Amino acid sequence: MKMQVYTADGVTVLKPKGKITIGVGDVALREAVHEALAAGAKNILVNLSQVTTIDSSGIGELVSAYTTVTNRGGKLKLCSLPSKVNDILQITQLISVFDVYESEQEALSSF
Amino acid sequence: MLRLPMASAEPEVRISIGSRFENIDLIQIVVDDALGRLGLDEEERHWVGIAVREAVANAIKHGNRQNPEKNVEVELRVDGDEAVIEVQDYGPGFDPANVGDPLSPENLLKPNGRGIFYMKRFMDHVEYSFRPEGGTVLTMRKRLARAAGEPSDPSQLPQEESKE
Repeated sequence: MKMQVYTADGVTVLKPKGKITIGVGDVALREAVHEALAAGAKNILVNLSQVTTIDSSGIGELVSAYTTVTNRGGKLKLCSLPSKVNDILQITQLISVFDVYESEQEALSSF
Repeated sequence: MLRLPMASAEPEVRISIGSRFENIDLIQIVVDDALGRLGLDEEERHWVGIAVREAVANAIKHGNRQNPEKNVEVELRVDGDEAVIEVQDYGPGFDPANVGDPLSPENLLKPNGRGIFYMKRFMDHVEYSFRPEGGTVLTMRKRLARAAGEPSDPSQLPQEESKE
C-alpha cells in the first residue's frame, strides 16, 4: 500500500492506494494518522478511492483512527468509498459511525 | 455459465505457509485462481477472498502467534456443489463462544473482533474444530452454483444475528 498525504483547505488528506490489510497496510495507515496528529493536524480526511481491498484489521485501524482523532477534539471523515469498501463498512454497521462523503471536495467543505 | 464440478478426492489446492502476514497475499491469489476455474464469479471471489484472508490472518496471529516456524495449512477441495476451504494452525485453540458480537453497542468501536463475523457473512458455512494434539481447523464452505435469482453479493443479504 502506498500512502499519499497532502493538505487541502486546512485539512490533512490521507489517500491510501492498494490494500489496507493486516501487517502492511493497516500499519501504514496507523503511522500516517499518528504522524498527521504529531504535526498538529486536527482535521483528517481519508480518501479511500484507491483502496482495492480492506480486511478486518484495516477496518479496525479506521475505527482506531476515528476514536483517536475524536478524543483529541479533532474530526476524521471518509470520502470516495469504492463499493466493496462501502459494503464491508455497511455489514458491520460502521457506515453510520463515520462521516462519509461522496467526493473529496464535498468532504473538504464539510469541516 | 456455471459448471458443476464433480466431487474430487484430490484437493484443488494444498498450500503451506510460514506464519507471516506477507504470505496471505499468496494464499489469496492461489485460492482465487482455483475458485475462478470452479466457476465462481469475480464478485463472489472477492468476498470469499476476504474470508480466506481473515481465516489465515487469525491462524497466523491468534493460532500460531506469528511464530514463523509454525505453518498454516490451507486446502481447497470440492465436495458436491460446494467449495470447501480448510485452514489449519498449530496453536492452542480458543472457544468460539467467547467471541463477542461486533454489532453490539459496546463492541461497535472496538478495533478488533470482526474477522469471524466477516467470514460467516461471506461464506455459506463456517465451523471450527480443535485437534486433541493441538491445532485449530477452520472449515468454510461456499456453494459453487446458485439458483437463478439468488443474490451472489453477500453484502446485499439481510443482516443476520451472529450466534458466536
